[in-house]
Amino acid sequence: MAETIKLEVTRYAPERHQAPTSQSFEVPYRKDWVVLDALNYIKDNLDGSLSYRWSCRMGICGSCGMMVNGEPKLTCATFLSKYAPGPVRVEPLRYFPVVRDLIIEMTDFMAKLRSVKPWIIREEEKPLSEGEYLQTPEQLDTYKQFSMCINCMLCYAACPVYGLDPLFSGPAAIALAQRYNLDSRDQGAEERMGILSQHAGIWGCTFVGECTRVCPKHVDPAGAIQQYKLTAAKEWFKSLLMPWGAK
Amino acid sequence: MVQIAADALGCQVKPGGLSGTPSHTAYHPRWYRERVSTYWWLWKWRYLKFVLRELSSVPVAYFVTLTLVQVHALSDGPQAYADFQRWMTHPVFLTLNAISFLFVLFHTVTWFNLAPRAIVVRLRGKRVPEFLIAGSNYAAWLVISAAVAWLILRS
Ligand code: SF4
Ligand code: FES
Repeated sequence: MAETIKLEVTRYAPERHQAPTSQSFEVPYRKDWVVLDALNYIKDNLDGSLSYRWSCRMGICGSCGMMVNGEPKLTCATFLSKYAPGPVRVEPLRYFPVVRDLIIEMTDFMAKLRSVKPWIIREEEKPLSEGEYLQTPEQLDTYKQFSMCINCMLCYAACPVYGLDPLFSGPAAIALAQRYNLDSRDQGAEERMGILSQHAGIWGCTFVGECTRVCPKHVDPAGAIQQYKLTAAKEWFKSLLMPWGAK
Repeated sequence: MVQIAADALGCQVKPGGLSGTPSHTAYHPRWYRERVSTYWWLWKWRYLKFVLRELSSVPVAYFVTLTLVQVHALSDGPQAYADFQRWMTHPVFLTLNAISFLFVLFHTVTWFNLAPRAIVVRLRGKRVPEFLIAGSNYAAWLVISAAVAWLILRS
């Protein structure tokens, strides 16, 4: 008989269950399979009602994030072999409300992303005839790391602060704000500072640092938040020393 | 009949009428929210380490206070300072100070290791590598400690 591995998958049907339960499945064990392949095998062969999100299968769409053995992971980039001989526990992303099985509700995250105004803000747009806004490779380099985010929400599932205080803006949203603040074409840093220098913004972060560790794209959201704090503190000092100073 | 209709809608109805709380309403999913346990920081060593790091600020504050008391005793003359020194040899203070010292060491090391995350230095357009930032912190720590030790042990 071919080798198999056991998956313990969270099941939750709101119309039937009071709380999620765990269901076990035996799936073929193959070295080149990721956890998502195993879930697809279950859906195709064992139980078609299993619900979960995925799309690209190559770590770029950010939709397949789940807890694998208690760690937030992109299931399309996490090999079964890492957990052999099993069992492998697959649960929905932590701290988010569960809609069904492995599917979480992400409206809160979307609203937070929007709230930091993640787009280039100009005091005044220059006329089209003057051409595009130019940027040197060095200028690109200052924010590039923070622009790699795929909105997979793994960092939220790793952040105990977000778990305890759902109002906290969270790692990815703040890193994204920092991405635009550091963009040489942007002039909206002050506007964003007003939004993020509140308690639920950067100061909510206690620097647990787990977001950076779990991020599959090496965005380093924890670094982004600490750098933001430093800038905020500097601005505050400046305004204290030179209350009349130019903005 | 009521029960069947309710089942079809996915509601749970207690026998005896429609007074029960429906657990689910059609077209409006009932999300499951898990409560975060009070003991979340015991789940993982890394969370525990974080909580210990935060806690270590208490011993830091304690040492600051102790230093202030010491300076105060010093300004009160030789008798007061001798009294202060005598207290410090008491086993309670010895244990307390030993534990606090370990916490302060832990605080310093974790702080320095995290510093490069917050401080981005760019030289000629390139980000200075993290170990250099942490390293310069450690170097400063060593130099200052050596200077203090020299000041105290000189006599
Ligand atoms: S910062 Fe990293 S972990 Fe967080 S959403 Fe973006 S890619 Fe995912
Ligand atoms: S399926 Fe797109 S990131 Fe995993």
